[in-house]
Amino acid sequence: MATIGLGHYLTVSAILFTLGIFGVFLNRKNVIVILMSVELMLLAVNINLVAFSSFQGDLVGQVFTLFVLTVAAAEAAIGLAILVVYFRNRGSIAVEDINLMKG
Amino acid sequence: MIVQTLAFYLFAGLTVASAFMVIAARNPVHSVLFLILAFVNAAGLFVLLGAEFLAMMLVVVYVGAVAVLFLFVVMMLDINFAELRQGVLQYLPIGGLVGLILLVELVFVVGVWVAAPGTTPVAPVPLEGGISNTEALGRLLFTKYVYFFQAAGMILLVAMIGAIVLTLRSREGVRRQSISEQNARQRRDTLEIRKVQSGTGG
Repeated sequence: MATIGLGHYLTVSAILFTLGIFGVFLNRKNVIVILMSVELMLLAVNINLVAFSSFQGDLVGQVFTLFVLTVAAAEAAIGLAILVVYFRNRGSIAVEDINLMKG
Repeated sequence: MIVQTLAFYLFAGLTVASAFMVIAARNPVHSVLFLILAFVNAAGLFVLLGAEFLAMMLVVVYVGAVAVLFLFVVMMLDINFAELRQGVLQYLPIGGLVGLILLVELVFVVGVWVAAPGTTPVAPVPLEGGISNTEALGRLLFTKYVYFFQAAGMILLVAMIGAIVLTLRSREGVRRQSISEQNARQRRDTLEIRKVQSGTGG
């Protein structure tokens, strides 16, 4: 069995990112699952950054992962707050129903 | 080495499988639980890479805060879950096409990409000086990147205030305690002393 190299981690991260894209496209009725797919994509980015950081011996990648984590947490909080307010006003979270500003 | 290889395949396989279940599960509550599983296994990958602090951060911040927030919202919203799954097959072709194109592009990038010889080691590099990952990260974060760190704190503060302002509502007809009103009450507002004639009372 070969040793685990950088390519293995990049492959896992690429698969995760593609799954996130899939999730955004498939779950058009449910904004919560779309938000979770976005979290998956950010996780893929984090794995990429940490893998490069670890294999290059440069800690800056991990510092940036920390910032990505911060922004992801803020994004989840704001997104879920908007979702709760939207559901309170309209009684639905389907993407197709979000067309109030369509003109 | 063999243990590390096995651990990598275990964590990576579980991460990918649970990520698939996140987008494929019928019930959003199951999606959130699979998201938690994916994050825990990704934390395992981080430990394998030598990033222990970030692994613990992932468990604490994501599993402890973000995923539980998702769980609360999913359970608070009164949604008909059967209705939500309709139309998945309708979007499967376009979604599959876009995903496939992206995956092929990523495979091309990873497949063609070759590092210059001697720059990329085949194994994670241990930190020099014998300090732990957490200590090294702290030294970097609190010296060179301290302004970025402060900015991250500001982002979190703004996000917190924004979330509170968005979801705060004042409902009519709800009785609440108003301490200032209670403290401002005078005796003459509420009490009245009447002179009652003796012997005539019922």
